[in-house]
Formats: sequence, C-alpha cells, structure tokens
Amino acid sequence: MSEPLPAPATGPTPLKATSRRATGARFAVFWGAPPVLWQAAFFLVPLGFLVAMTFWSVKSFRLTPDATLANWTFILNAGFFRNAYVYTFWLSALTALIASVAAFPAAYTLAYKVSPATRRFMIFMLVVPFFTSYPVRIYSTQIFFSPQGIINTVLVPLGLGPLQVLNTPTGTVVGYLVLTLPLVVLLQTFALANVPRILIEAAHNLGCGRLRTIGTVIIPSARIGLIVAGTFAFVLAFGDYVAPTYLGGSRPPTLSILIADQVKSGNNWPRASVVAVMMIMTLMVVMLVMIGLAYGRRKERA
Amino acid sequence: MSMAALRRLLLVAYTVLVFAFIFAPIVSTIVFSFNADRFPSLPWGGFSLQWYEAIFADATIQRGLINSLIVAGVTCVIATFLGFSAAYIDYRYRFLGKSVYLALAALPPTVPVVILGVALLTFEGRVGLSGTLQGIIVGHVVLSTPFAMALVRMRLADLDPDIERAAWNLGASPWATMFGVIVPFCTPAILAAIFLTAAVSFDEFMIAWFVSGVNETLPVRVLAMLQGQVSPRINAIGAIVFGVSITLVVLAQLLLGRMSGRAARKKG
Repeated sequence: MSEPLPAPATGPTPLKATSRRATGARFAVFWGAPPVLWQAAFFLVPLGFLVAMTFWSVKSFRLTPDATLANWTFILNAGFFRNAYVYTFWLSALTALIASVAAFPAAYTLAYKVSPATRRFMIFMLVVPFFTSYPVRIYSTQIFFSPQGIINTVLVPLGLGPLQVLNTPTGTVVGYLVLTLPLVVLLQTFALANVPRILIEAAHNLGCGRLRTIGTVIIPSARIGLIVAGTFAFVLAFGDYVAPTYLGGSRPPTLSILIADQVKSGNNWPRASVVAVMMIMTLMVVMLVMIGLAYGRRKERA
Repeated sequence: MSMAALRRLLLVAYTVLVFAFIFAPIVSTIVFSFNADRFPSLPWGGFSLQWYEAIFADATIQRGLINSLIVAGVTCVIATFLGFSAAYIDYRYRFLGKSVYLALAALPPTVPVVILGVALLTFEGRVGLSGTLQGIIVGHVVLSTPFAMALVRMRLADLDPDIERAAWNLGASPWATMFGVIVPFCTPAILAAIFLTAAVSFDEFMIAWFVSGVNETLPVRVLAMLQGQVSPRINAIGAIVFGVSITLVVLAQLLLGRMSGRAARKKG
C-alpha cells in the first residue's frame, strides 16, 4: 500500500529536486517523530526505569541506585509472592476458560442466528461496558451479592441461600467476568462471523450434524479469533486490581494487590517493581504461547 | 414447535442471559441512583434526586469532575494528533524498523494499567511530574494514542494512494496535500478519535490513581469511596460518568457509521 513514491512525471530541475527532498524529509520527521518520541519518553523509559529499579535498594527509607539482586531473591523466595503468583495465574486462567465457554453460545447466536442489523446493534451494545466506569460496575455487583442484596432476597425465601460470594475467590472470578465477558463475546462474534459460510453449508450438505459442524468446521476455522479472545481475558484478569480487592476482599491477595500495597503503603518500590516485571514477563510468555497455539499448526499444514 | 425453532429460541434465551449479566450492573447503577433508600434493595424505595444533590454539594467530587474534564480534554487533543501522525506514517512510508515503530505506538494497551501506573509513578517522581494533572495526561496519552491510530488507519485504508500522488504531480507540496486532501478525508475519523480518546481518559482510574496524588480525578474519587461504606452517591456519579462516556462513544460511532456507510456506497 505504501510504496516508495515514483518521481513526479513532470521532472523538476535538479536544484528544485534537492529542496523538494529536504521539504519531504522535514515533512516526514514532523509527522513521524512526535508519536515515537512520546511513546519512548513516557512508555519505554518508564518501563525501563521500572526494570532498573528492581536492582535498587532502600536505605533508611530512601531509594538508592544500586546493583543488588536482593529484591529479586527476596520476592522470588517469599511465600506470599509465590502464593499470590499461583493464585493470580490460576484464577485468570479459570476466568479465560469460563468466559470463553460462556461466551461461545452467545457469539454463535449473534454470528449466525440474528439479522445483520440486530448483530450490528448488539455489537454496539457490547462496546458500551468499556465506557462505563468499571469500579462502579464492581460496586453494583458487590451490592447484588451482599447479604441483604437482590440476589439473596430472591434466593433465601426459595431456600437456596444465603449465597456467600463476597470476599471469596468466587467473588473475584465474578468480577473478572464482569470485566472480560463483553470483550470475549465481541471478539468471538467477529471470529465466528468471519468463518466462510460456504464451509458451514458444505458440512451441512455432506450430512454433518450441527454439533459436529461446530467442533470440526467452525471452531477450527475461527481458532485464531477464539484464542485471541481467551488470551485477552487472561491478560485483563491477570492485571486487574478492582475485582480481587472489592469482590475478593484482598484475601488472598493477587499480584496487582501486592504491587499496589507495596507502592501505596509499604513504600518499597524496588520490590513492587520486581512483582511488576514478573507480571510483564509472564504475560509475554503467555502471549507467545497463545500466538504459537493460534498460528502454529496452520503453518505445518500449509 | 420444530427442532430448529426450539434450538434458536434456546440460543436467543441464553444470549439474553449473557447480556443480562453484562448489563445488570450498569442498569442497576442508573436505577438505584434515583432510589430514595440508602441501601439499594428490592423493593424500590421511591424516586429521589437526593444523591445527585449530595454529589453536587461535595467539593471533592466537584474538583474530581473538573480535573477529569481537564485531563480528558487535553489528552484527546494530544492523543488524536499523535495517533493521526502514526497512522499517516504507516499509510505513507515504508522504512527500516517500521514494525518496531508501529509496535511502540500500538503496544501500551497490552500492558496492565497497574504496571503502567507504577512505572509512570516511579519515573514521574524523578522528573517532577508526579502528583500533577500533567502527569496524568502524559499517561493517558500513552494509553489512548493507539485507539486514535487504529481509527485513522482504518479510514486511510479507504484512500487510494494515487490521489495523494496526483496532488504532488500537480505541484502541491506535501503540506498542501496533507491539509487539502488527507486531513479533510480523515475528518470523521479524527473527530471519532477525539471522542473515543476523551472517553478512554475520562474512565481511566488506575494510572490516575497511582500518579494523581492530591489531584484526584473523578474515577479515583470513586475508588476512594468504594473503600468506605455503601453509598448511593457512587451510583449517582456512575450514572453521570456513564452519560458523558456514552455520549462521546455514540458520537464516535455515528461518525464512523457515516464513514463506513459512505465507503460501502462507493464500493457498491
């Protein structure tokens, strides 16, 4: 699309061409430099700074540049970090799985069973939650599940309650689903809508049943999108602070809670940085593995 | 009822259930913001505007709202300019390291905001930006530029590169072409990007929470209120924030809808 430009048809004189090239270069720098400078200065440098800080030390409550591995050995050997790491990873993976399974029938319906106008409207509706204050949504969910909340006022007379969700891992997962489910339904709907109809019809014509078509034609064809959706759910849940704090009651704490506590009250920024760098590395590994899963076998076949 | 119809009914019912789960917190926020009772429960305690009166009388909430509006207003202009620039560079040039350039421009939303928040806090503490509105704006621009870039890039995909070349061949300078051809063509996407980035900034709470110090934005105030006891004032704030954000998103959507409608007509 953006090929190198051919020389203008009406050949300018050599002198003009040089000045033109200078104008062109100035033009390119004017538009090209600001985004990269901004993201370098306020994204790359702070992240690099975070990595550097993992080797600093805190001497009598003051941050001191240093080259110590003490923060790393402390955090990696700390029981509270290991527990939080396993807990956060497990709960995020569980959320990705639940969200993917729960979203699929809805995405299937939106992709195949409703009119295009309805689908467009529903897709717009799925964008709405992203622009609704997430802490406020968690607050509402908290109220729903509270002992005198709506869910228990309905369940208790039926002899089904009271339901204890708040301040449990279940509460955290419910909050993670509030965060991730709209995105997973949205991405799965796009993935399924892009499966060539002709493949599905061919399967039906060849006598393939509906469930078998889903398992052997639709899911393999939409694999990339489905994996991307699940990965996003994992990434969002893994980094979330609000759900584990206000629905999970911070017990046990997740990695993001450890970071916030260390920074906001503990004031041990180097240790918080170690946790943050571990989170980034984990997410990078997870994303690489998922990209491998999404694209891997397809290359072999081709 | 035939099997197919029954199957469809079940699927639609399930989908409604999923949407109910997604929208119940949003709907209840709005409904209970008008509820007279302190504790939001059934049955409904009668219509009241007292929670709205309470938040408009609260100076910290007013300050938060003003801070949020300032941050979103500045963020959307800078982020849209940067996003437009990056999208245009992607559209127009091919150069060594372009994939790195684009990755740098597009990557920030994949990093958890809690980590961006800590990184910006430690960095900004060194350069004297932490605790200021500028410090929040800096982080929000990092986070929202990729959204602006995506919107403009989608629009530019519909612009035939030959049109720009034709303008150059007719003697127009790159600058004249930019402001005579590219910018007018991208105007709907640019406006959509302004609204969308403003909405992203207006709702962002994690970076702002780490960086803001005493200059709380509205979502940071909400986070602080969540630590306290149940208060329907949170619902009232939520309803107002919802109104502002949705207005911005609907405006963006309308502009994009007009854009894709026109593109479809052109192709069809």
